[in-house]
Formats: sequence, structure tokens, C-alpha cells
Amino acid sequence: MKKKDLISITDYTKDEYLRIMELSREFEQNPNQDLLKGKVIASLFFEPSTRTRLSFETAISRLGGRIVGFSDVGSSSVSKGETLHDTIRMVSNYADLIVMRHPLEGSARYAAEISSVPVINAGDGANQHPTQTLLDMYSILKTQGTLDNINIFMVGDLKYGRTVHSLLMALSQFEKPVFNFIAPYELQMPEEYKIYLQEKGIRYFEHPEFNEIISEADIIYMTRVQKERFSDPIEYEKVRNVYILRNQMLKDTKPNLRILHPLPRVNEIHNDVDANDKAYYFEQARNGVFAREAIITHTMNLK
Amino acid sequence: MKDHIKKKLKLKVSAIKDGTVIDHINALSLFKVIKILGLDKIKNQITFGTNLDSAKLGRKAIIKVSDKFFKDDEIDKIALIAPHAKLNIIEDYEVVEKRIVEIPDVIHGIAKCFNPKCITNNEEISTCFQVISKEPVRLKCHYCEKITGQDQIKIK
Repeated sequence: MKKKDLISITDYTKDEYLRIMELSREFEQNPNQDLLKGKVIASLFFEPSTRTRLSFETAISRLGGRIVGFSDVGSSSVSKGETLHDTIRMVSNYADLIVMRHPLEGSARYAAEISSVPVINAGDGANQHPTQTLLDMYSILKTQGTLDNINIFMVGDLKYGRTVHSLLMALSQFEKPVFNFIAPYELQMPEEYKIYLQEKGIRYFEHPEFNEIISEADIIYMTRVQKERFSDPIEYEKVRNVYILRNQMLKDTKPNLRILHPLPRVNEIHNDVDANDKAYYFEQARNGVFAREAIITHTMNLK
Repeated sequence: MKDHIKKKLKLKVSAIKDGTVIDHINALSLFKVIKILGLDKIKNQITFGTNLDSAKLGRKAIIKVSDKFFKDDEIDKIALIAPHAKLNIIEDYEVVEKRIVEIPDVIHGIAKCFNPKCITNNEEISTCFQVISKEPVRLKCHYCEKITGQDQIKIK
């Protein structure tokens, strides 16, 4: 039987998305299940990512599995110059599943080709972070009751933000989504994604300003505008305070609106939003554990 | 002596009896073509000329390989760097077949991914690209999923 890696969000079919949603709901109702009893999961973090690592390790622990691995390269043989190839060959002899985070793009696909056990990509540079997308989808499903006809506003760094790209690809598999992009000129949605939407006949709009247009939104997906993305520091100073979501902006928005953010945030969502019922980013992070329990059990054919 | 043989004698690169002539290679790409086709590793007789006049390419190169007939997938490998190349299959000094090169749908090895953060530029890995457009050439990396455009293509 072919092993089921999860490297890119497009590795899954629509049926698989729906299956993960169903399993996530099941794990939310009953998070502690001993499905990984006697299994060893390798958690290989070649760059630090506390949030993602803890979410995965919580999911594995709730499933009764054991974890081996490292949380940064300083404590692994990589610091001695070992290639990714050799690390993966070795670890796939020890563990039943590999969860991997790596700063280089394409590293996860490569690891999956070498490994004899399934690989789950927990982020490969600026390329893919599919488990984030699945937990985003689960958060949308939970708050909207459906993944069809979603009007979503994506705000911030739409050029380099891998989470918005993957979410765009995934939501495009569902009925009539509407995409609204709000980004500074330097960080606009890349042409290839807009062409993709055009080819699929999916509506999208681009807005230079972040204002009352959000009254149409079912979901606002905020992202961080990162200083290091700008070649000109003056350009960054110009836009850094333009795309900030404040509580008063939510006055005339739809009652079902929920605000998502992959976290960590810096200043793009003002603290005064946190108390609003429409703020959903901390619950979103909590959903990550259930989505990852679902992904792990699906990948290992345990459910 | 037959007429066509007389004509061949005047050629700058001597004629072959049986084999393949690869013509219309951009002069600058000659040695890359030799390397990609592995001509530097075979024992066949090979003659080549470069910096020859060409109306189309300015300076062109030509390679003649005796007793060698390429398979389609073998020859399509050179399409990325010599898109105008034409092949003449020679039997007994006569051209028995003409072929043009075509960029394949998937390219293994040969090209480099333009993304410096791609794993293929950081570890010893053979590249693999899906050709998403042939004119202009656009290659999607199988690993990092980034797209290398025509003017970014570098040969490994």
C-alpha cells in the first residue's frame, strides 16, 4: 500500500479534506484515544517553531504515542554536517511516522521520497504548511457550518504568506468562494494564484484599503506584515500601521464573521479586538490539536 | 562519384556514413549539448564545428555522431538549451529522417531551480520539473514548487 504523506495541501482530494474535518470533529469530542499506543513518532524540527511543535506533540500525546526527535538543529547531528538524506534514512528506521519542519523549501517532499514511513510536513521554508491550512479549514467549518459560499478577506502579506496561498487553493475546491485581497502594493497576491482563480471561474477582488468593505466578510484572515520582506525600510514604515484591525472596525460586520490569524501576531490585530466574540484566533490554535490528531491517524491508516 | 557525396566533401565538418547530425545548435550551447547527451563519454567517432555562419542563430554549432541513433526522450533533453536544434538521421550518406526537438512534459536533472532556498540547491539531489509552459518555458520545481522562468534557467 502506498504511504500517505502530507507534504502539500494539494496532495489531498476534496474527499480527504472532508474526511479530516469529520475526524477533527470526532477528536474534539473525544481527544484522548489510545490509537498510537506502542507507536514512535519522530518530531524533527530543523528550525524552532514552538507553536507548531507543541501542537503536534500534544496531538501525539493525546493519542498515546511516544515522541523522539529534536527541537532545533543545535541538538542534532545536523550541526555535525549530516545531510538531510542521511538523517531521514536513519530516523525512518526508528519511527513509525515523521513530522518535519525545515527551513529549506522542498525539503519535506524530498524527505518523503527517502523515508520508508509517512512524512507530515510541518512547514518547509516559505513553501507549504498544510496542517495549518487544514486547521484553518476546520475553524471555518466550525464557525460557519460549511465550507461552501465563504466570503473571505485575506489581509496583510499576501505575497510571501504561505498560509493564505494554501487556504486559497483548498477553499477553491468548495462551492462558490469569494476572495477579497487587502495588501500593500509590494505584498499583493502573486499573479499565478489570480490566474488559478480566473481559470476556475472563482470571483476575487483586490482592495488597497482596509475599511468598511469588510462588512461583507464571513471570515477575515489576518497575516503579519514582516519587516524582512521589504527591500526598502521606508516602504515598510509606510505600510506597517495601515493594515491594523481595531475593534471599532467590526461595528457593522456580519454576526457570523470570525477573525482568524495563524499567529504569532505582532500589532496587526489590536488587543481591543480580543474581547470581541468575533475574535477566533486563540480557538483556532486550539483546533490545531484536533486537526493534527485527525491528520496523524489518517496518515497512519488508524481511522 | 555521386553528386551528393561531392557536395559533402566541400562541407566544413566532414560527412558521416551512418549516424546522427545535430544542426542549428546555438554556438554558445555546444559544450552543454555534448555534456547532456553524454557524448564526452562514448566511443563513437564524433566531429563537430562551431562558430559557423547561420542566418537564424548568428553563430551556430553542428555535431555529427557516427553510428549513433538517439531515442526521442534522450534528444528532447537538449530542447531547453538548444530549442532550434534539428536532427538528421543519416544512412549511407543519405538523410533518411529529419527530426526537431520538443521540450518534454517533465524534465529530470539538466536544469537548476532558480530558488536559492530550494533543497535541490543545498543538497546533492537531481532536480525534477514539471513543464507548465513551453513557450515561453516555465518550469515548476517538483520539490519547492516555485516556478523557474525562461530567462532564469541555468543548466546544472
